[in-house]
Amino acid sequence: MASINMDKLGKVYAGDVRAVTDVNIDIADGEMIVLVGPSGCGKSTLLRMVAGLETITEGTLKIGDRVVNQLEPAERDIAMVFQNYALYPHMTVFNNLAYGLKNRGFKKADIDQRVRQAADMLEIGQFLDRKPRQLSGGQRQRVAMGRALVREPAAFLFDEPLSNLDAKLRVQMRVEIRQLQKRLATTSLYVTHDQLEALTMADRLVVLNAGRIEQLGTPMEVYSRPATTFVAGFIGSPAMNMLPAEYMRGLVSADSLAHLPSKADLIGIRPEDLSLEPAKENEMSLSGRLMLLEPAGAESHLHLAFEGIRETMVVRLPHVPEVTEGSTLTFSIKREKLHPFDLATGQRVT
Amino acid sequence: MQTKRTTFSSKWLPYALLAPQVIITLIFFIWPSYQALVQSVYRQGDAFGIRPPTFVWFHNFQALFADDLYLNSLRTTFIFSVGTTVLSMGIALLFAVMVNRMIRSRDSYTTFLVWPYAIAPAIAGVLWWFIFNPTLGILPYMLDMVGYDWNHRRNGNDAMIMVIIASAWRQISYNFLFFLAGLQSIPQSLIEAAAIDGASRMKRFWTIVFPLLSPITFFLMVVNIVYAMFDTFGVIHATTEGGPSQATTILVYKVYRDGFVNLNFGSSAAQSVILMAIVIILTVIQFRYIERRVNY
Ligand SMILES: Nc1ncnc2c1ncn2[C@@H]1O[C@H](COP(=O)(O)OP(=O)(O)O)[C@@H](O)[C@H]1O
Ligand SMILES: [Mg+2]
Repeated sequence: MASINMDKLGKVYAGDVRAVTDVNIDIADGEMIVLVGPSGCGKSTLLRMVAGLETITEGTLKIGDRVVNQLEPAERDIAMVFQNYALYPHMTVFNNLAYGLKNRGFKKADIDQRVRQAADMLEIGQFLDRKPRQLSGGQRQRVAMGRALVREPAAFLFDEPLSNLDAKLRVQMRVEIRQLQKRLATTSLYVTHDQLEALTMADRLVVLNAGRIEQLGTPMEVYSRPATTFVAGFIGSPAMNMLPAEYMRGLVSADSLAHLPSKADLIGIRPEDLSLEPAKENEMSLSGRLMLLEPAGAESHLHLAFEGIRETMVVRLPHVPEVTEGSTLTFSIKREKLHPFDLATGQRVT
Repeated sequence: MQTKRTTFSSKWLPYALLAPQVIITLIFFIWPSYQALVQSVYRQGDAFGIRPPTFVWFHNFQALFADDLYLNSLRTTFIFSVGTTVLSMGIALLFAVMVNRMIRSRDSYTTFLVWPYAIAPAIAGVLWWFIFNPTLGILPYMLDMVGYDWNHRRNGNDAMIMVIIASAWRQISYNFLFFLAGLQSIPQSLIEAAAIDGASRMKRFWTIVFPLLSPITFFLMVVNIVYAMFDTFGVIHATTEGGPSQATTILVYKVYRDGFVNLNFGSSAAQSVILMAIVIILTVIQFRYIERRVNY
């Protein structure tokens, strides 16, 4: 068990390719931090710097109270789950799990006991004699997990461990990994490009963009108060609607936007914050023409267009309304649900 | 599986296209093989046609296995093949591992290491002849400084070492290319996982990399044994001519000597038949193994 401290971490690859800039994250003991961001934003690089698979070119990394910048991966007391699982194809499941223990000189009886315990925990006990290629994707995923946890390391590192699974299995494994992590209370750093995975699994999540931290916070903080337009657009699905404040001012009654700072020239609205109920006090109303109604069982997505601007808007309703495409609909939204941004800097204002 | 069927407009075109290959195979492979098979069960007639060839069943084979010189040649061939294979594969693997570690200079090193393969065996033979020459070669000169008196003309072991080195040298390029391709097909994440699992560099190589290379290693082993047994005639002919006192007379060279120098065609043919059988066995082993190689 250990905390992880990243102090001004940066990475410049050979040939002056900058991948990570000024990353400060303190992961508490037992906490699960999720790094999320689009492909190529430097998530894997950062994770691999923690693992010791990439050299750290700037800053200081501490695991527990040791500075580990110069330590080999094996000396950092971490375990990693790879995207392609990286199981040793020529070894049985048992030997895959036992390999790290053998290398560290554990006694045979101890290895046996630990491997069986891990296998029981992950319900892969009956596969111990098989080779990885004789397992399904989900089973391989479990073996990869097992290999990480037999050693009882100070920290788990996950690099998109679920992205090779089909949708259903992905949800199932997501739950299992999180439950296991909570039960073992092992400090974890988890990388994903899937915002839903990030929101559901994280104690705190870190949104990365172009190698920099855009926002760090609990899933609810990040979701309800995105710090930048990038975060606003990346976290949440369907993505937050962005309308020019100038246009909004013409669209709604004058005092509706009076509470927003004058610098706010871009207004974000979450699709689910709009409703078809008439506006009450402290709410404002907004009308648009319904272009498309997408029913999705328990909920529906309504695509709206407005006079005079190209921006469209998506509304998510928790039911499928009886409306006809082409008609004009009026929605209401609580004023405090508006997210004001400065278009020039991309930062949230207030 | 082949699924595409091409339709030819003329009925004869496909046969015409196949003909050159078939004719070459017939003339240079099937016909000589047949001749060897026939000759191996005959005692040859004399040069003047007074005594006709006689059918002697397996007498030629029995005679071979009763002949100390032949048994000796078998042992020589074994030592030579194993030596050449181990040396060329070992060095090739070492080079492949080192080159695989480079990132930017990998391609240029690969190019250099492939060059020996393009050098004609005769030129390579001359090269080694100079290097090992007891009177003016650089190697005997250096060995002399550490107190070793190199002379492959008198010492059978020296001669054997020389032909092994000269034969292995050429094969290193070929093995290197296969090993390098094999190394590059091993996912980097496996090595990284092993590093996190606490395996040292050496341990990673012997417990992860080497086992994963085993299909290629096996394939190369067969190829190299076949090469050493059948393709090294030129090297031996150019350097030791099988000597001293038959110390480097491998089976192929003995076939040549007994047949073309000593004109003992029956025995030479029987030896060819045995060699043919060895090739067939090696090929069968190879094919059977390759079918199952995914099993590691
Ligand atoms: N070994 C490397 N050498 C040079 N640049 C690299 C290397 N690995 C990754 N990069 C670059 O660093 C950036 C971040 O990559 P990565 O961390 O893999 O992103 P992510 O995992 O978020 O998709 C990318 O622009 C990528 O091209
Ligand atoms: Mg990645």
